[in-house]
Amino acid sequence: MSSIVIQFLNGLAGASALFLVAAGLSLIFGVTRIVNFAHGSLYMLGIYIAYSAIGWASGSDGPGPMGFWGGVLVSAIAVGATGALTEMLLLRRIYGAPELFQLLATFGVVLVLKDFALWVWGPEDLLGPRAPGLQGSVAILGQAFPTYDLVLIAIGASVLCALWLLLRRTRWGMLVRAATQDREMVGALGVNQKWLFTAVFALGSALAGLGGALQIPREPAQLLLDLSVIADAFVVVVVGGMGSVPGAALAALIIAEIKSFCVGIGQLDVLGFTVSLPKLTLVVEFIVMAIVLVARPWGLLGRAPGPQRVFAGGHEQPLQPAVRSALLAILALLAAVPFIANGYTVVLLIDILVFALFAASLHFLMGPAGMASFGHAAYFGLGAYGAALLVKAAGFPMETALLSAPFVAAAGAALFGWFCVRLSGVYLAMLTLAFAQIAWSVVFQWDTFTGGSNGIVGVWPSPWLASGSAYYYVALTLCGCGIWLLRRIVLSPYGFALRAGRDSPLRCDAIGIDLVRMQWVAFIVAGTCAGLAGAIYAFSKGSISPETLSIPLSVDGLVMVLLGGVQTASGPVVGAALFTWLQDTVARNTDYWRALLGGIIIALVLLFPQGIVGFIRQRFGRSGSL
Amino acid sequence: MNILSVSALSKSFGGVQAVRAVSFNVEAGQLLAIIGPNGAGKSTCFNMVNGQIRPDSGSVTIGGVEVSGKTPREIWRLGVGRTFQITATFASMTVRENVQMALLSYHHRLASWWPRVMNLYREEADELLRRLGMSEQAHRQCALLAYGDLKRVELAMALANRPRLLLMDEPTAGMAAAERIELMALTAEIVRERRIAALFTEHDMDVVFAHADRIVVLNRGLLIAEGSPEDVRVDAQVRDVYLGSRR
Repeated sequence: MSSIVIQFLNGLAGASALFLVAAGLSLIFGVTRIVNFAHGSLYMLGIYIAYSAIGWASGSDGPGPMGFWGGVLVSAIAVGATGALTEMLLLRRIYGAPELFQLLATFGVVLVLKDFALWVWGPEDLLGPRAPGLQGSVAILGQAFPTYDLVLIAIGASVLCALWLLLRRTRWGMLVRAATQDREMVGALGVNQKWLFTAVFALGSALAGLGGALQIPREPAQLLLDLSVIADAFVVVVVGGMGSVPGAALAALIIAEIKSFCVGIGQLDVLGFTVSLPKLTLVVEFIVMAIVLVARPWGLLGRAPGPQRVFAGGHEQPLQPAVRSALLAILALLAAVPFIANGYTVVLLIDILVFALFAASLHFLMGPAGMASFGHAAYFGLGAYGAALLVKAAGFPMETALLSAPFVAAAGAALFGWFCVRLSGVYLAMLTLAFAQIAWSVVFQWDTFTGGSNGIVGVWPSPWLASGSAYYYVALTLCGCGIWLLRRIVLSPYGFALRAGRDSPLRCDAIGIDLVRMQWVAFIVAGTCAGLAGAIYAFSKGSISPETLSIPLSVDGLVMVLLGGVQTASGPVVGAALFTWLQDTVARNTDYWRALLGGIIIALVLLFPQGIVGFIRQRFGRSGSL
Repeated sequence: MNILSVSALSKSFGGVQAVRAVSFNVEAGQLLAIIGPNGAGKSTCFNMVNGQIRPDSGSVTIGGVEVSGKTPREIWRLGVGRTFQITATFASMTVRENVQMALLSYHHRLASWWPRVMNLYREEADELLRRLGMSEQAHRQCALLAYGDLKRVELAMALANRPRLLLMDEPTAGMAAAERIELMALTAEIVRERRIAALFTEHDMDVVFAHADRIVVLNRGLLIAEGSPEDVRVDAQVRDVYLGSRR
């Protein structure tokens, strides 16, 4: 009995932490409709600033109560100001841009903030001081429970009450709720939206900063927090219903309690199998999210979103003769590369080819089919692991493994896609993220089969392909064919049907197009191509690790597609080449390549809201299909 | 010959009886208009015929086949073309491609992965566009069209599956007066020459009385009058509903 109470309290403390960061994200999304990827970075910044502020305020014998709580408060305010500044300098300029571009911009902010933290606080984990007077524990039903966690629970509950009062009882709160329901109407009624948006951003960011700062006695400040926290926060927001603060609280509570009890129960014997529940904590929130989204597509307390802004999407055209000859020339040049360039260039080009196919497969979903996948690395990783395991565990020849691995990814895409196509917009994107995270966690933990966090080594091509240039030609052929096939499909009746579904689901229904099935097949096609890219990647590196299906790689894919432009099939190829090349050259010359890349992304979004290829098209007219 | 038969159709939302035991038929080559004041149950009635709302009781048959409970997609396969109050077209495609999509779906060719759309059913699409006076716009992207032209594109798409029944929700809403009459005259002409049964709701009484063969008047979910425009025009109950009762 007493252990159940303790687990419950543990869950409450976890819920409090989750709620603080998710509530801010939900508020920001509700009002501005921006999916703020940088919210996790603000949380991370919160921990770091609190570390420094408390350290600065305290003497040699640790912080006093004033120093500690003062530091936490300073951190929350500083992060709130950072959020407001980001909104005013960057986001305010791109509210009119397509949603995906806003996402890309916030991802640029993630990169910049990460390197800012690296520059100021260095790469080491920093363990902060414990809260003065709250270091000990209290006895609850005979068991010790950390005093600080009780305080955390109280703070979470107070913030929830304060937010509720703010939203329900003040004029400003009424405006926020009104804007969440109908932003255009609030604008039409003469409310100054600019400052409303900035204020909401400041409040949401301050909550993230507070959430981070309060964790300083419990976990070290480190640079990987941004993406891990944003994933958690997204899950909570989506489960609760986007824009709903009570929903975020409820979802945080459910997820944190389930996690806490998984840890508390430990091993569980079911029908002779031993299930290790603590290991489940890595995915439990994503499983909860998948279940909730399938049962209640708008989250527990969310409402169906109003009609979504549709931007006239891309219109692929057959190649014009001039463009066709230019492409052939590029292809000829690529074929000649092993004769004219050094080995390093060849290796870099293999990477570029692999990621060009990966990005093209993601574009196939995002562009023509209109489904943003935030977890596309899952299929890349399944292809890579499929290839490696077919060679290592099943004893396939390398050539067979390379060509069979895409089917492993296709099977994964068929399974995940079947659920995803029942949703749309941000909810669909989040579900793809959830599945990718589940796949990642299985690979990460299944030591005996996948090698766990070490991955699989010694995955090399057959001897006749062992030389760099021979394998380069394999990569060039397969990636080239893959990209060409994807483009060809876009021009076919099936590709047009996908675009039709993106443009008007209502009209699809009225002319007998089975949209859900079409979109499901699109997932399988895209998954197969991403899997092929993954398999080529595995043999080119000789080893693979769980990073091949991690969130950062999914995000890289998104950046490549958006960088090049989502309107046309050549966009992702250009984006992938640019991204891979930048990552390679910049990373060799500076420790702060992420900040530079982030800065470039932000500049590109501000300068070319249609992507690079989209910009060239617009600027120089419809001179063929680039 | 009756193409569409609606009998004893009822639907309530919560405590509100939106449609109460409404029955009517539409024959081939005939235009039937459903009119009535706001909240009379026109849209509910209309959406039960096209499959978007499932009736509580009663039946809807198209060509003798019971359709209540079928999805809009299945109903389309029975030979039903539809246009919407707010046009729904594929904005990123050209006018011709829009019609080609409907034709591809009709000919079960949407699963093909290889041929290029630009070469498929092009003549058939152009033929439909010519009939609707849209030949010159065929190459233009729908996102760039004027609203009246979008209505014509919709009509061309609705005709692509050689329908027996045409369902039009407020076919002239949002158009200028001259355009309305022109579009409706063209629609009536096509409906008669192809022997299609057409059902439409409409607010503009000029359009209704100029082109409908028969009119059904609903009020508070009940059918209060049915007949030719002349009959309906002089119906005392209809006058009461539209002009207020004379006590």
